[in-house]
Amino acid sequence: MKSFRFALKSIVPIVFAYVFVGIAFSLLMTSAGYGLPWVVLSSVFVYAGSMQIVMVTLLTSGVPLAVVAVTTLFVNARHIFYGLSFIDEFRSIGKKKGSFWKYPYMALTLTDETYSILCALKVPQDCDKQKVEFYILFLCQMLWVVSCTAGAALSEALPLSLNGIEFSATAFFTAVVVNQWRESRSHIPAFVGLASAVLFYFLAGPSGMILPALSLSAVTLMLFRSKIPVNLPEDCHE
Amino acid sequence: MNNTLYTAAAIGVIALMTWVTRGLPYLVFARHKPPHWVRELGATLPAAIMVILVAYCLRNTQWATAPYGAAEILSVLLVAGVQAWRKNTLLSVLAGTVCYMVLIRTVFPA
Repeated sequence: MKSFRFALKSIVPIVFAYVFVGIAFSLLMTSAGYGLPWVVLSSVFVYAGSMQIVMVTLLTSGVPLAVVAVTTLFVNARHIFYGLSFIDEFRSIGKKKGSFWKYPYMALTLTDETYSILCALKVPQDCDKQKVEFYILFLCQMLWVVSCTAGAALSEALPLSLNGIEFSATAFFTAVVVNQWRESRSHIPAFVGLASAVLFYFLAGPSGMILPALSLSAVTLMLFRSKIPVNLPEDCHE
Repeated sequence: MNNTLYTAAAIGVIALMTWVTRGLPYLVFARHKPPHWVRELGATLPAAIMVILVAYCLRNTQWATAPYGAAEILSVLLVAGVQAWRKNTLLSVLAGTVCYMVLIRTVFPA
């Protein structure tokens, strides 16, 4: 019980972000014509904020599934680096009796936000650290599903026209760009992204631009990696 | 493909690929660390991806006809300005979205 209460306290910093992005996502979904069942389905199984917002755009433009797949890989590629820090920890949780399912569950529910909570986590002596970690991941996913559901319900109750709400996706990504701009040691990657996007807006057209633009950026950044100063992601608890 | 089937398939594909990116380190990198170039790409690629996503979101803007995407440009600038100033993502997104929704209803109606 102590561990559960400590987990509840630990997720407070991200509650607002989850509720807000969850509601924004489901408002986007419902105003694009996808009702509550789709909202719940994606919040349970996809459970990735920015990817779900990109998802609305992909769904409404009806792009081929192969493009959907590769775009998801690109947008979520950063998760590969989050997992690296928790391989041993989650594996040892899964070795406990009757807890094998917790190993894949915890691996698959590590999001930007839960990663940052677990990295900063300082568990007191009288709590079970592994239990706290599991509760945190579980509570966060529940919070996400509830926020998404609430947003869909809200949009049905709202009397006014939500025309233009789709701009919140643009606004969200713009805010992330500003954050990254401030934190990164080199602005070359941002300009590479911009150049690729503009180039393929004209070459491939608005609906076909995303995949070639992402690919060109990845190849360019790989070829010129010796020229770009970076801060390599550190393992968070070492 | 009919619309319901397409939606279900697309959500399934996105879920599966998300699981791949989250599960990969446990399957592939459990014994040896990823090569250096993978870690470098992991540090540089996100900045490029986010700019592309902004551009992708704006792809259907009518740049060639009046008002030449003015509502989009002004709202994006507002988001960037508020974010640089207050460093509060929720506030910036809210401000930009409200600004856009007001602009397309009053100053630049379609």
